Amino acid sequence: MEDPKITPELIAAHGLSPDEYQRILEIIGRDPSFTELGIFSAMWNEHCSYKSSKKWLRTLPTEGPQVICGPGENAGVVDIGDNQAVIFKMESHNHPSYIEPYQGAATGVGGILRDVFTMGARPIAAMNALSFGEKSHRKTRQLVHGVVEGVGGYGNCFGVPTVGGEVRFDKAYNGNCLVNAFAAGLADADKIFYSAASGVGLPVVYLGAKTGRDGVGGATMASAEFDDTIEEKRPTVQVGDPFTEKRLMEACMELMQTGAVVSIQDMGAAGLTCSAVEMGDKGKLGIRLDLEKVPCREQAMTAYEMMLSESQERMLMVLNPELEAVAKAVFDKWDLDFAIVGETIAEDRFLIVLNGEVKADLPLSDLASSAPEYDRPWIETPVAFPLKNAPEVDPIDGLKALIGSVNHCSKAWVYEQYDTQVMADTVRTPGLGAGVIRVHGTDKLLAFTSDVTPRYVKANPVEGGKQAVAEAYRNLTAVGARGLATTDNMNFGNPEKPEIMGQFVGAIKGIGAAVIALDMPIVSGNVSLYNETDGQGILPTPTIGAVGLIAHADDLIAGVAQDGDHLVILGETRGHLGQSALLAELEGRAEGDAPKVDLEAERKHGDFLLANRKLVRAANDLSDGGLALAAFEMAESAGVGVTIASDETAFLFGEDQARYVIATSPENAQSLLKAANEAGVPAELAGKFGGTLVDFGGKSAPLDALSDLFRNTFKTAFDA
Amino acid sequence: MKAAVIVFPGSNCDRDMAVALENAGAEVTMVWHKDAELPAGVDVVGVPGGFSYGDYLRCGAIAANSPVTNALKAHAARGGYVFGVCNGFQVLTEARLLPGALLRNAHLKYICRTVPLTVATTDSAYTSAYEKGATINIPIAHHDGNFTADAETVAMLEGEDRVAFRYGANPNGSTGDIAGILSANRRVLGMMPHPERAAEASQGNTDGKGFFAGLVSAIIPA
Repeated sequence: MEDPKITPELIAAHGLSPDEYQRILEIIGRDPSFTELGIFSAMWNEHCSYKSSKKWLRTLPTEGPQVICGPGENAGVVDIGDNQAVIFKMESHNHPSYIEPYQGAATGVGGILRDVFTMGARPIAAMNALSFGEKSHRKTRQLVHGVVEGVGGYGNCFGVPTVGGEVRFDKAYNGNCLVNAFAAGLADADKIFYSAASGVGLPVVYLGAKTGRDGVGGATMASAEFDDTIEEKRPTVQVGDPFTEKRLMEACMELMQTGAVVSIQDMGAAGLTCSAVEMGDKGKLGIRLDLEKVPCREQAMTAYEMMLSESQERMLMVLNPELEAVAKAVFDKWDLDFAIVGETIAEDRFLIVLNGEVKADLPLSDLASSAPEYDRPWIETPVAFPLKNAPEVDPIDGLKALIGSVNHCSKAWVYEQYDTQVMADTVRTPGLGAGVIRVHGTDKLLAFTSDVTPRYVKANPVEGGKQAVAEAYRNLTAVGARGLATTDNMNFGNPEKPEIMGQFVGAIKGIGAAVIALDMPIVSGNVSLYNETDGQGILPTPTIGAVGLIAHADDLIAGVAQDGDHLVILGETRGHLGQSALLAELEGRAEGDAPKVDLEAERKHGDFLLANRKLVRAANDLSDGGLALAAFEMAESAGVGVTIASDETAFLFGEDQARYVIATSPENAQSLLKAANEAGVPAELAGKFGGTLVDFGGKSAPLDALSDLFRNTFKTAFDA
Repeated sequence: MKAAVIVFPGSNCDRDMAVALENAGAEVTMVWHKDAELPAGVDVVGVPGGFSYGDYLRCGAIAANSPVTNALKAHAARGGYVFGVCNGFQVLTEARLLPGALLRNAHLKYICRTVPLTVATTDSAYTSAYEKGATINIPIAHHDGNFTADAETVAMLEGEDRVAFRYGANPNGSTGDIAGILSANRRVLGMMPHPERAAEASQGNTDGKGFFAGLVSAIIPA
């Protein structure tokens, strides 16, 4: 088959601007071949090159004594003591999931799991943060069913417990859902595998599933806005096979034990191209690939297709040649492909040969590091007007508006479709705050959470960015965990619009300040831009995935409130209702400023809670929905009523930060209040647990009835 | 007591099952699916949860025809103990070591939650540590756990006291709320719920511990 001629239309169809094409001409000094054009477009699209975001990502704090490896590798590596490390990352699969929800979500999970086990870590926990359009939108129901089944279908079969996540609905996601998949793995701290190749003349080995035409051009698609031709993009979505991924993971774990691996890299976005270039560039080597040796699923695949295929469950490795037979035996055992497809070379070249014909011959280091980088114009988000006409509501009506909404009802319909306990180390399943697992065979526990409040970020990107980190920190603290580190999944609209870029810059500033103050550096992340349909951007959604350590199982806070327990609020309540859940769900208003985040108070209150964990039976972070929702959730999970003396809307539904609600025995409550007073931490006794009613200042409803509403809302909305 | 746990390429609860058996005092060997023989002197073989061969075709259908399953059938024919959990139960029905079949859940969704089970009989090694009629809370996690059999088979299972566990609140549409059954000689058991996920205090639930404790103490020669 003749390669197409390079025309301006073809260049544009590859997502390359005329300026970017000029740059290619300067680098190689001639017109590129069709395959070369494809390779450049794969390396230089937003998804792979971070060309709009890099300038700002560099400002994020990524270091700390706990950090073994920060951003730049497949996932971040963090020390958890005893020569053990937790390796984690969060990544989006937004565009594919909107086009083909089951496979889009499934391969999102598959991709993030590979990022983790490529580094030598066995995956031990997963989370998923999902954002959908409004309940009534024609696509939402199909997306909810498809995405949730896809996440479950892949993770359940692979065998990783899904221990947390988020599910939200807002009309801003009507044309562009978000699927942010998180995975964490466990490895010995001195046995981490990196992607940098080393040594000349070493075999480059292709591992895993065969290459097909699926996903060709996927990364370019993921970097474009959507319009009504979207259905035509379905063939660019990859198809996942979790059974192959499971075998690939087990085979890699065995292979890594043999000493045969010099370096290893999973084939994710832009498949063979990105993985080979990355290994060569990091090792300052060239790579030659002989494509006729690539195991193919389909006949007559061209060099262009093989280089851009995003077929799943594949890895590329540089092999220690002395151990070739040992390595091959491992892959034979697991019935997976193992093919030497090329070698490392001394010259700085990315040489692609098919049946003796050179299809691409590019300077490798330029290909990797000369991707354009933009300092996109941005404007600061205008200061939000303070909220006027704050709502006044009967507190039970207010609570019902929240727990009867798809945003704040129980998400059991979702997480019960995920295996939350495979590996038999799950200590705390999803539902309320952070998920917790045991570090297998030790007394240590790890806690996981994922948080962001997009309404806040839109109103005030800096405070919203801080809040996402602060809420993650509080969720970890509330189970007794010390926050270790974070991963950021930045989902935004079109960065070529200065106001969108301003949201991005503001959020980065807020996140940066918060991770310093709370000592949870960013160790990995992902940026997803152009989340727009027909010019309508999503809510800015910088999802923060966070991991915390509980050094000993005895330090876990995992109780449930008991009849007679007192309810203590830690932190100061001022009654901030701007951008609150109550305002949104009751009146459909997204008005006012986001709550201010006092990072010093966050740290102080978190430290206080950890220091006094023995006085705490159960704790819950206070975030959207305020005290009313948090207290209800605690009561509901415990099956006991709750009474709060106040019926004031602002007190019950305000979303002031740096607060926790605590259930503890009357004696411990007194000790806790005394300790708080001595430590200068605001704390107040606001009510108690017990009985069968939810009673806010004398206005009450039976817990059972509220519980039914809470538990059935999601099902009624999407299953009926 | 010597136990073996079978490892299919898509098994993902094999380690969990081995840990629970070891904690109960068993000596455990993992057996690869391509092996045609079980280790010598094995008393009990566990078939773990997971997705044996990806669960393509039908859950457990390919596994039922793998080399190790022939060895498993021979072990059962000799009167050996065999138990399958979740995918393991599916494999045992596909291999015809147990009657009936596991269909897709009645509401068609995968479901993972902790459910109440009634111990329907104590007349087996697996259930000997429990009291008859006791309620235990055990996690389930499956897409195809809807037990079905013809009326005659169900009547036989009931008549011969071969229902081991019953769901308190039927989560998947299983006939007669059946969660686990026994073979005619009461030595082969299949169940959808996962006792290995509820066998240690640090898992927050120890209701499944008796399953392994009962098994080990019943088999160890007095």
